Amino acid sequence: MLQSIPLEYYLIISAVIFIIGSIGVITRRNAIIIFMSIELMLNAVNLTLVSFSSFLGDVSGQIFVFFVMSVAAAEAAIGLAIILALFRSKQTIYVDEVNLLKW
Amino acid sequence: MNWYNIVFYLFALIVLVSAAGVVFSRKMMYAAFSLLFTFFGVAGLYVLLNADFIAVTQIMVYIGGILILIIFGVMLTSKFTDLEIKSGTTGTVQYVLAGISTIIVAAALIIMYLNVDWVQNPVPELESTVKPIGILLMTKYFLAFQVAAILLLLAFIGAAKIARRK
Repeated sequence: MLQSIPLEYYLIISAVIFIIGSIGVITRRNAIIIFMSIELMLNAVNLTLVSFSSFLGDVSGQIFVFFVMSVAAAEAAIGLAIILALFRSKQTIYVDEVNLLKW
Repeated sequence: MNWYNIVFYLFALIVLVSAAGVVFSRKMMYAAFSLLFTFFGVAGLYVLLNADFIAVTQIMVYIGGILILIIFGVMLTSKFTDLEIKSGTTGTVQYVLAGISTIIVAAALIIMYLNVDWVQNPVPELESTVKPIGILLMTKYFLAFQVAAILLLLAFIGAAKIARRK
């Protein structure tokens, strides 16, 4: 069952998701799209952890995925609150139009 | 080519195509719905990896929580005068540089994944992972579990404080 797909395939899928997410973080300007790309990267790391954990036969890796998910939920709440506060004060969520700290 | 392989390739295709849709789509709502398919596809891959607890947690936390928050964020941060909620990108130079650097990282990762001889134990037959995860959370990782609970509480209080009108 599990062995019919080698471990490397899962790892390559997660690497490709991570790379797509990092392209999004680098090239997009919209803060919410950047946010979604960060979620993609977190998902890729979770997929790596789960595939290692399953092929090792040890559930400890899935505990770490659980903690990563809880931190991701906290990050989503805080991040969207910051984006909303930003939109309220600057009327934009494009990260290159927010240059208060630029000199 | 048995059913397991067919389902694996189907989920892999869904995940990769919709992940590309998140990053490259012009409209923000399309990106949010692509993210929905990505989360479902990753949950399916978790099921194929015998991680049932994590798959259900993925659907509940990511789709039921984070994705709804993101869609609310898209709704609340769009100007209602323009119905086409679009999002811009950077110039070509940034695209080229980002492409080159990410391709280098991707090549390094994939070459490493294919060349390392990973430790793999013989997998026991299908059984639920809920019970061992619950036992580990209540014994070995109990402190981390409680700290995660406090972190979530603080995050939600902070989010309410930041997002509130003055």
